[in-house]
Amino acid sequence: MHPEDNVSFEPVVGRAPLILGGHDFHSITEAVAAPMERTPSLGWWIAFACSASLLGLLLLSIAWLFWEGIGIWGLNVPVGWAFDITNFVFWIGIGHAGTLISAILFLFRQKWRTSINRSAEAMTIFAVMCALLFPGIHVGRPWVVYWMAPVPNQMSLWPGFRSPLLWDFFAVSTYGTVSLIFWYVGLIPDLATMRDRSKTRIRKIVYGIFALGWRGSQRHWRHYEMAYLILAGLATPLVLSVHSIVSMDFAVAQLPGWHSTIFPPYFVAGAVFSGFAMVVTLMVITRKGFGLENIVTLLHFDNMAKIMMVTGMIVGYAYAMEFFIAWWSQSPFEQFAFVNRAFGPYWWAYWTMVTCNVLSPQVFWFKQARTSMVVHFIISIFINIGMWFERFTIIVTSLHRDFLPSSWDMYYPTIWEIMTLAGSFGLFFTMFCLFARFLPVVATAEVKGVLPAANPHLGEEGHVAQSWTASPAPEGAV
Amino acid sequence: MSLVVPALPPGETFGLLAEFGSPKELYHGCERVRDAGYKRWDAHSPFPIHGLDHAMGLGRSRLPYVTLFFGLCGAVGGFTLQIWANGIAYPIQVSGKPIFNWQPYMPVTFELGVLLAAISTVVGMLAFNRLPMLFHPLFGTRAFEKVTDDGFFISIEAWDPKFNPIETERFLKQIGATNVELVARDGGRVVEGRGSSEAGASQDAKAR
Repeated sequence: MHPEDNVSFEPVVGRAPLILGGHDFHSITEAVAAPMERTPSLGWWIAFACSASLLGLLLLSIAWLFWEGIGIWGLNVPVGWAFDITNFVFWIGIGHAGTLISAILFLFRQKWRTSINRSAEAMTIFAVMCALLFPGIHVGRPWVVYWMAPVPNQMSLWPGFRSPLLWDFFAVSTYGTVSLIFWYVGLIPDLATMRDRSKTRIRKIVYGIFALGWRGSQRHWRHYEMAYLILAGLATPLVLSVHSIVSMDFAVAQLPGWHSTIFPPYFVAGAVFSGFAMVVTLMVITRKGFGLENIVTLLHFDNMAKIMMVTGMIVGYAYAMEFFIAWWSQSPFEQFAFVNRAFGPYWWAYWTMVTCNVLSPQVFWFKQARTSMVVHFIISIFINIGMWFERFTIIVTSLHRDFLPSSWDMYYPTIWEIMTLAGSFGLFFTMFCLFARFLPVVATAEVKGVLPAANPHLGEEGHVAQSWTASPAPEGAV
Repeated sequence: MSLVVPALPPGETFGLLAEFGSPKELYHGCERVRDAGYKRWDAHSPFPIHGLDHAMGLGRSRLPYVTLFFGLCGAVGGFTLQIWANGIAYPIQVSGKPIFNWQPYMPVTFELGVLLAAISTVVGMLAFNRLPMLFHPLFGTRAFEKVTDDGFFISIEAWDPKFNPIETERFLKQIGATNVELVARDGGRVVEGRGSSEAGASQDAKAR
């Protein structure tokens, strides 16, 4: 029996309530803030210690890379990109679900997003940090990485703005910046809550400074809500542009297997797919660890499962369409690239990808699977693995068979590349552990706003359904 | 440091702080205060209440103009930068494409437009709201700590032409306030050596 079966449905529109357990405004504050105010649990320390150890591994492998050079990786002609760019695309894709939840679902007035948007946005920022790492360290001479920025210099040289790789630099850094300020704007009211609850002076000062003196003024909320709406409106085309531009790193090249017009939408769908899987992985743990079962409910997981299923099938469609186009094009190089992808030496990577991304989410057709935390956790890990292999397959299988058979070669990762990949997870989870410890993992101000009691017209004639449906604000209001 | 302390007219009293029981009562209270003709007043709530700005008689935020202006600046600036860098300062012919064309410059133009629009939106929002403001008289009252948890308040400032400590208090109680208190200008308490203690006052606000 699911917890949902116990609750009465909202009488007017017949939807299950978003927040369960009879929460009022104060108990939501308590539920979210309490885990930050008690001593960290043993589970947190174990998670933090494991993550920090992996982070140490990352620092070690980067230090050796800088000392010794790119030669410590398995890259060579013809495979000049492998783990580095695979990891970059993987991480930047993870971030996209955070923006989808915070911005796109906000514009569509999907109120269930309020329970998960804070941690999803945090995840975005940490994923972008991991992503930015790889282009930074893979360039061979990382101390001149600033050449990508248009900085006046003694050589009078300028970056080539016609290259997708430079578009990428601007897209990802803009994305990171906008995600960070969007997240911070959302945090301001909750930081004020933490400030007002603080018992120690140091917490009061630190939270107080970051809360900027927020006092819940309606005159402030007016501009604040407008800023939030605008940021959501800016982040929505931005997030679509970012992975489109990432895909152009490949699609603009003349290489069979990369040179494809479906890449931008295919990559964006894949990014949302993998990002939701990571949100699910993190939320299963956070929800359990912090006892947020009534705020992040089975309804949320049900919705996320549906999104994963849809995006997973879009990705599956793209896999099939690539083969169709290869056949339809009648280009022998294109056809060879795809037959080789599925049945060549990297067949195992391709079929891992298909199994994890296309087959495994199909269990979400069943409601029992959509509301089971165990199934969610397992499938989300499968999807994370599958989406990593998708990027690996696209990059490595397209490169390892060059136009001239005399250049053909295999790529194998070295221990340093594997350590860097593992270490990037260390960076990600270390940041997430710190976030879960020191910042509210749920946007309490937004969650309070979706409670029925938050509706100023509760129980009035003609206004009953307002907090449940997207009714327009009065004219002249935001 | 006008950044962290509000600029208020002279006077010992900041105004009245009235607590309301629910968003609904606050909403109808605001309508009454608006209709009574008060001008220097505000409502405070832990989350934005839909339609409350309308109930308070506030207009639409003009923030979108800031975003539009700076977004266009970012896009135009970004496009100019690219055309100048790759067309004039260091022209390079790439695969026979024309030196002056607009298509390859669109992605970076878009990104820089979004970047400036987003940053200016947040800076503009903070500027319109006069934030950061780490000290405020309301922070001195005990009751106001609930404003970020589950408290709903209306504050009417003493500089409002219609303000009268007794009349206004009676009015606030009449429209449904559960608790009304008078707030001092320096935050409801005497700060020692106040003449020179603006930094001290802001520290109090942080530490409250």
